[in-house]
Amino acid sequence: MGSATSELPARRTPLADDAETGLKIVVVGGFGVGKTTLVRSVSEIRPLNTEEVMTQAGAGIDETAGVERKTTTTVAFDFGRISLNERMVLYLFGAPGQERFWFLWDRLFSGTLGAVVLVDTRRMQDSWYAIDRLEHHNTPFVVAVNRFDDDTDRFTLEEIRQALALGEHVPMIDCDARVRSSCKDVLVSLVDHLYTMALAQEGTP
Amino acid sequence: MTRGPVDIGDPDRLYMVTGGRTDADDAFDLVTLIVSECEPTAGMQSEHVRILEICRHPTALVEVAAELKLPITVVRILLGDLHDMGQISARHPRAARSVAGLPETALLQEVLHGLRNL
Repeated sequence: MGSATSELPARRTPLADDAETGLKIVVVGGFGVGKTTLVRSVSEIRPLNTEEVMTQAGAGIDETAGVERKTTTTVAFDFGRISLNERMVLYLFGAPGQERFWFLWDRLFSGTLGAVVLVDTRRMQDSWYAIDRLEHHNTPFVVAVNRFDDDTDRFTLEEIRQALALGEHVPMIDCDARVRSSCKDVLVSLVDHLYTMALAQEGTP
Repeated sequence: MTRGPVDIGDPDRLYMVTGGRTDADDAFDLVTLIVSECEPTAGMQSEHVRILEICRHPTALVEVAAELKLPITVVRILLGDLHDMGQISARHPRAARSVAGLPETALLQEVLHGLRNL
């Protein structure tokens, strides 16, 4: 499978000319948890990489006499794309969970539909910060547990919910980031969750 | 992973590309779809030429940035130039959101439908 998919044409497949609405979903999680794998599994293009830089005037410590220093923070992220129909296209962003990334969240990901927190049960602590930040930003999310082959402990979803101190309202789902149908299920569970919340809010009987 | 000019350690080039400007036009979202309204002409800045070529079909800002291997901020500035000159048009994400920030159910239904049909 690897060799066949790595020989995609260098040119991106263009979007339909009627495409008019771009949407965003962000996949967050610690290093090596499988964010890029998940994006690759469902994307119609080979995942691309881009970055955002932020330049700030350096703080006092960095200053040498008379020379203004600037510090540059770079946040790199992968993304893929799913054409939902002729007019709507969904972009999936795989984003690192570290601190400097959240500094840029509003600039990059305001207006995102929601987020998937990808969890590796061997390193659950990597997810705490991301979950805390998403709650802070009021971004709806689901938690997807990427079951690696050597996940022998097999914590149940309920045990993981407790370990992550997640409220009952947060949907949880098992997944295999390498499997397209599994990743699709994760996205459906997120959008289903959003739909339920939006429906409740519209006060539909 | 592809590496942009920033990582190669050449931030000066970025200032050249943008004519020294660092304030990006936040009107362009990562997923704003950009469409060329004209063909490149002789004497145009090479980045502008590339953008007009890439955007013959609708292309999201983030894809333009990945293709040009330039940071998002720089691409926002370049797109702002082209937009001001009427050389591109922008299809912005639907801003319609309910008070509490959730998208409309009709939109979500459409997304669900599309995902289930994958």
